[in-house]
Amino acid sequence: MRLERNRNTVTVYLEGEMDHCSAQQIRRMLDQSIQESDIKNMVLDMREMSFMDSSGIGVILGRYKVLRSRGGKLTVRNMNRQVEKVFKLSGMDQIIDIE
Amino acid sequence: METVNSMKITFLSVPENESFARVAVSAFAVQLNPTLDILADIKTAVSEAVTNAIVHGYRDGQGMVEVEAALSRDGILYLTVSDEGCGICDIEQAMQPFFTTQPEKERSGMGFSVMQTFMDKVEVQSQKGKGTRVTMEKKLTVA
Ligand SMILES: Nc1ncnc2c1ncn2[C@@H]1O[C@H](COP(=O)(O)OP(=O)(O)OP(=O)(O)O)[C@@H](O)[C@H]1O
Ligand SMILES: [Mg+2]
Repeated sequence: MRLERNRNTVTVYLEGEMDHCSAQQIRRMLDQSIQESDIKNMVLDMREMSFMDSSGIGVILGRYKVLRSRGGKLTVRNMNRQVEKVFKLSGMDQIIDIE
Repeated sequence: METVNSMKITFLSVPENESFARVAVSAFAVQLNPTLDILADIKTAVSEAVTNAIVHGYRDGQGMVEVEAALSRDGILYLTVSDEGCGICDIEQAMQPFFTTQPEKERSGMGFSVMQTFMDKVEVQSQKGKGTRVTMEKKLTVA
């Protein structure tokens, strides 16, 4: 997982699979990078994320809420077909921007 | 249904086995040459059912999860995921989108909805204190 900071926006390049097994660690790392500096916005780049299930929905919605409560924004980009199908099924595309 | 192949695996309810189960079922289903999209659908549904067995069925401990798969002559995959965990009191309620008993763990209550969307058929049998059995079907070959 690679991070890129640009002013108050952090871009996280997620890798591998986001399921219940990996969710805990991904959640911790995302929350750390939100808290570490005065990050307001987060971009999740999913180009290298090959798989996601409903545990991933929980992780993304959770970070969306954290960022929103700080007056920030979450954006998601480069989802593969499987990830996008799960993302849209959950209705997250109605509240989270896809770049 | 005329079965042309079948398999059964049993494993401990640890999170590491979520990806194991996905890979095993997808490797089994691939013999009928389904499209990558269909394989991805199956992997996702397996992941949901197995994760539920682990995080809900055996929430307070550990137990064995069983995954059975069969292929029929007409190209349908029959899948069963079962546990001997706590069971579900109200199946209808459990299957509602966004219903979860673990909101504090950031669960979204979308697992059954994912299974229903990604598979052709989903059936849940459960008995409180005895366990849960999820049966699913998916046509693998485009007619
Ligand atoms: N194998 C099982 N044993 C006991 N209870 C279960 C089982 N599977 C599901 N449930 C119950 O059904 C509810 C709904 O399951 P579903 O997979 O739809 O959502 P979730 O697991 O709570 O959240 P998500 O899948 O989005 O992370 C669960 O919260 C749980 O109470
Ligand atoms: Mg679930």
